[in-house]
Amino acid sequence: MDQSLRWTDVAAVEDIPRQGSRVITGGADPVAVFRTHDDQIFALIDRCPHKGGPLSQGIVHGASVTCPLHNWVIDLATAEATGPDEGCSGHVPARVERGRVLVCLPQSFGG
Amino acid sequence: MTHHTKAPYPKRKRLVVVGNGMAALRAVEDLLARAPDAYAITIFGAEPRVNYNRIMLSPLLAGEKTFEEIVLNDLDWYAANGIELIGGDPVTCIDRDARVVRSAGGVERPYDRLLLATGSNPIVIPIPGHDLPGVVTFRDVDDVEVMLKAAESGGHAVVIGGGLLGLEAANGLRARGMSVTVLHLMDHLMERQLDPSAGHLLREELERRGMTVLTGADTASITGTDRVGMVHLKDGTSLPADLVVMAVGIRPNARLAQTCGLEVNRGILVDDMMTTSDPEILALGECVEHRGVCHGLVAPIWEMAKAVGAGLAGEIHDGFRPGATSTKLKVSGIDLFSAGAFQGGEGCEDIVLRDAGRGTYKRIVVREDKVIGAVLYGDTQDGSWYVQLMRGNEDVSAIRDSLAFGQAFAGGSGANPKGAVAALSDDAEICGCNGVSKGAILAAIAEKGLSTLEEVRAHTKASGSCGSCSGLVEQVLALALGADYQANSGPKPVCGCTHQDHDTVRRMIVSQDLKSIPAVMQALEWTTPDGCAKCRPALNYYLLCAWPGEYEDHAASRFINERVHANIQKDGTYSVVPRMWGGQTSAKELRAIADVVEKFNIPEVKVTGGQRLDLFGVKKEDLPAVWADLNAAGMVSGHAYGKSLRTVKTCVGSTWCRFGTQDSTGMGIDLERMTWGSWMPHKFKMAVSGCPRNCAEATIKDFGVVAVDSGWELHVGGNGGIKVRATDLLCKVTTDAEVKEYCGAFIQLYREQAHYLERTAPWIERVGLDFVKARVVDDTEGRAALNARFLASQEYSQTDPWAERASGGKDSHEFTPLARVEG
Ligand code: SRM
Ligand SMILES: Cc1cc2nc3c(=O)[nH]c(=O)nc-3n(C[C@H](O)[C@H](O)[C@H](O)COP(=O)(O)OP(=O)(O)OC[C@H]3O[C@@H](n4cnc5c(N)ncnc54)[C@H](O)[C@@H]3O)c2cc1C
Ligand code: SF4
Ligand code: FES
Repeated sequence: MDQSLRWTDVAAVEDIPRQGSRVITGGADPVAVFRTHDDQIFALIDRCPHKGGPLSQGIVHGASVTCPLHNWVIDLATAEATGPDEGCSGHVPARVERGRVLVCLPQSFGG
Repeated sequence: MTHHTKAPYPKRKRLVVVGNGMAALRAVEDLLARAPDAYAITIFGAEPRVNYNRIMLSPLLAGEKTFEEIVLNDLDWYAANGIELIGGDPVTCIDRDARVVRSAGGVERPYDRLLLATGSNPIVIPIPGHDLPGVVTFRDVDDVEVMLKAAESGGHAVVIGGGLLGLEAANGLRARGMSVTVLHLMDHLMERQLDPSAGHLLREELERRGMTVLTGADTASITGTDRVGMVHLKDGTSLPADLVVMAVGIRPNARLAQTCGLEVNRGILVDDMMTTSDPEILALGECVEHRGVCHGLVAPIWEMAKAVGAGLAGEIHDGFRPGATSTKLKVSGIDLFSAGAFQGGEGCEDIVLRDAGRGTYKRIVVREDKVIGAVLYGDTQDGSWYVQLMRGNEDVSAIRDSLAFGQAFAGGSGANPKGAVAALSDDAEICGCNGVSKGAILAAIAEKGLSTLEEVRAHTKASGSCGSCSGLVEQVLALALGADYQANSGPKPVCGCTHQDHDTVRRMIVSQDLKSIPAVMQALEWTTPDGCAKCRPALNYYLLCAWPGEYEDHAASRFINERVHANIQKDGTYSVVPRMWGGQTSAKELRAIADVVEKFNIPEVKVTGGQRLDLFGVKKEDLPAVWADLNAAGMVSGHAYGKSLRTVKTCVGSTWCRFGTQDSTGMGIDLERMTWGSWMPHKFKMAVSGCPRNCAEATIKDFGVVAVDSGWELHVGGNGGIKVRATDLLCKVTTDAEVKEYCGAFIQLYREQAHYLERTAPWIERVGLDFVKARVVDDTEGRAALNARFLASQEYSQTDPWAERASGGKDSHEFTPLARVEG
């Protein structure tokens, strides 16, 4: 299997609302891309480790998102649930270069 | 004006420097210190003057400094060091084969080594009118002279760009007597140096100083006959302008390097020794690109200068390693500092300290026990200390708890978590409002045996006014009582981000004129940068309720259902419930619903417990089109998803029913028309029954109306759900108009008083029915005023959110993916 990271340019930072999220479709599960209050960008598989809730629809605060279904709080940097809850939703590497968002999409997005 | 100083010595190696600015001269000074006689040096400068401190152009503009005071190297210095300065004459050509440079004025100089330090050029947005006289950038002394000339006759200045340079220009022009408007494209000022909280404080301060700040402002064009007259924004706003300053950014000036064939990307490409793709040519300063980064501040440039000086002197050097850089805004009276990765990043923690009394804000970003960034507003004293911690990569785990208090506290008492408060002297003031010192609180605790915040408040008044020092008082308690202290027995804080309870927050929003979420968080000293999923929706509601028509709703602080105006389901699809006024529907509405169900393959339709139809399993991206079709048949959002008015259930009433005493359906419809769209602390349900048989179940509703022969009974505070509560009888009224007035007044009292997510049932249990009766029944004027406030706020909330979003309208980003990527 090819182990090198393949970065895909998906959008400009401004295309994602601050303290908000939007999704990338085309793979098995959508990937949620988050923009925090201070313009950090993170990406996760858009599935809550609890019961699969769409994390992209949650409220973004600090570098975390609160799942819209049962309020688990997921750390955006690690994709792990915080506090007493346990589970990981799948971290997707993302970075910003000159105002563009680059994401390293999972295999199921083709290629 | 052209300066020619002493000619170069003939036999030494020849160093030619292009650019007579800060980077060039720092490198030359470094070289002279290491190897004073190694080179015969010639410096070309495009500007007709000696090297000056460009950073000080802002104080020069503001009138705080003269040009003489900002000169770095005067003519005597060039002469004393045997340097030939060719000023006011830019180099236009480098012949790398012959190793000769040539200037615009025709001066030629051969070189053995060449140093490029051409700085950068200000970006000019190529909008119509950008070349009119009166449009300037802010880069050199000539620009300042143009601005000063314009300022002589007063008038309006428009500064495009709310970054460091733009704000310094704005402040200078204001100081020179112009009225100043700053246009900024982003939603907070200096977004490259500041987080939104500090940007917000800065904006407030600038506005206090009489500047106008417009964020989210996109300039479309500049007009005027023979010079600037107006600036026009894309949103249609026009502003008068006698001077326009463009301060939207800089671009490395790499043209000369490019024309002579050096490798250039955004800037001139250099390695760690600042060598370009030609080993004989070095470059430094803002014109270079090093490991993908172009630097725009002097700190890294000083480091580059060392590498250049060492390299030219033939000394061994590790090369340029960019370190943490920091920025300060040079506007007198505004203390603002940012350094390093203040935006955090993976695995970072934020330590936030807000002191509303002193108007300060500090945010320290820590990763793996190391400080990696800081934003300070109001008190920047410790800025250099944080930079020191960053550069030294020091482990701060031992002083973490007092880190935000600064070096003085972290010093000796570092290992003690309560160190910061412990280190305060006894006369240090804890409560600014009531002037209570730490000593006074400690004395009261000891003498009276106090053990809770409330007791301290009662006995000393500390934290009794604005409450913002509650946290500190608790720390004093903890200090005095040690393990015996148990925090918090008073009203519960809104959430973990704050010590403040809901009532305090609501009171302060009104009394302190707080009109945005960041303003509340600053004034009430939130301990997180942007709150959490609990407090943000509450603040958004409180602000909306306090400032109708003025406060702009903050979508990112709403739960998903209220952001996309539909109910999220367990599989991520949505349900859609159109309003059916008073439970009444028509063939046209039913037909439209049927059509939508078929057209969008909606899997399930059911009648709800609230007397309307629910369409289940709608895909998110289909929502706008579904709404468009429902709107076309005259239907609007049912707010089945909102902390807002839900349904008004009715029974058939006197129109058909043999027992009906009044037109309950008509009354229900009227009440729903009056109250729909209103945002509430929690969901709010009503019902109107036509007789005491109460088929509409009015006695388990938030506001229930039951018709009787002589008029209407009004019931409040009912709840089905988890804990059933039957209503309390509020009063009996006779006319339809009274029903509506009491309804509006009751709703407004609930809207203004209840805690977010508190329904009327628990609210009434908390405040007591007597309180509600006193305000709504006994106080005639008060009732009228409450109702008037409710109706006034309704003017801003009765826009159908579906119509605003149907087919490509508002918030379209919510309903379309960011991208679709396939193999
Ligand atoms: C659709 C509906 C059930 C139905 O198929 O009939 C329904 C569905 C839900 N109800 Fe309900 N309630 C519905 C009528 C009721 C009623 C009956 C009524 O309104 O007369 C009650 C009891 C009366 C009351 O509220 O006092 C009711 C008491 C609740 C409660 C408990 C509230 C409480 O204060 O204890 C919840 C939970 C909550 O809100 O936190 C709830 C929450 C919900 C939620 C929003 C659960 C959720 O958070 O996802 C369900 C959303 C379904 C959806 O996606 O549309 N629902 N729910 C009814 C919609 C009425 C409408 O037309 O808008
Ligand atoms: C108003 C203002 C405020 C600032 N405030 C700060 C601050 O607070 N903190 C901070 O760290 N930085 C600040 N800066 C940035 C700082 O001034 C620059 O980073 C620094 O001056 C860059 O040095 P340089 O030598 O690369 O470029 P410059 O200082 O611009 O020098 C380049 C020189 O080269 C000349 N030149 C260009 N082309 C040619 C040519 N072909 N031939 C001959 N000469 C040529 C230019 O005329 C110019 O004089 C500020 C800048 C401005 C404009
Ligand atoms: S009763 Fe429970 S399962 Fe049924 S709609 Fe209401 S919340 Fe959902
Ligand atoms: S599915 Fe996310 S919290 Fe339950």
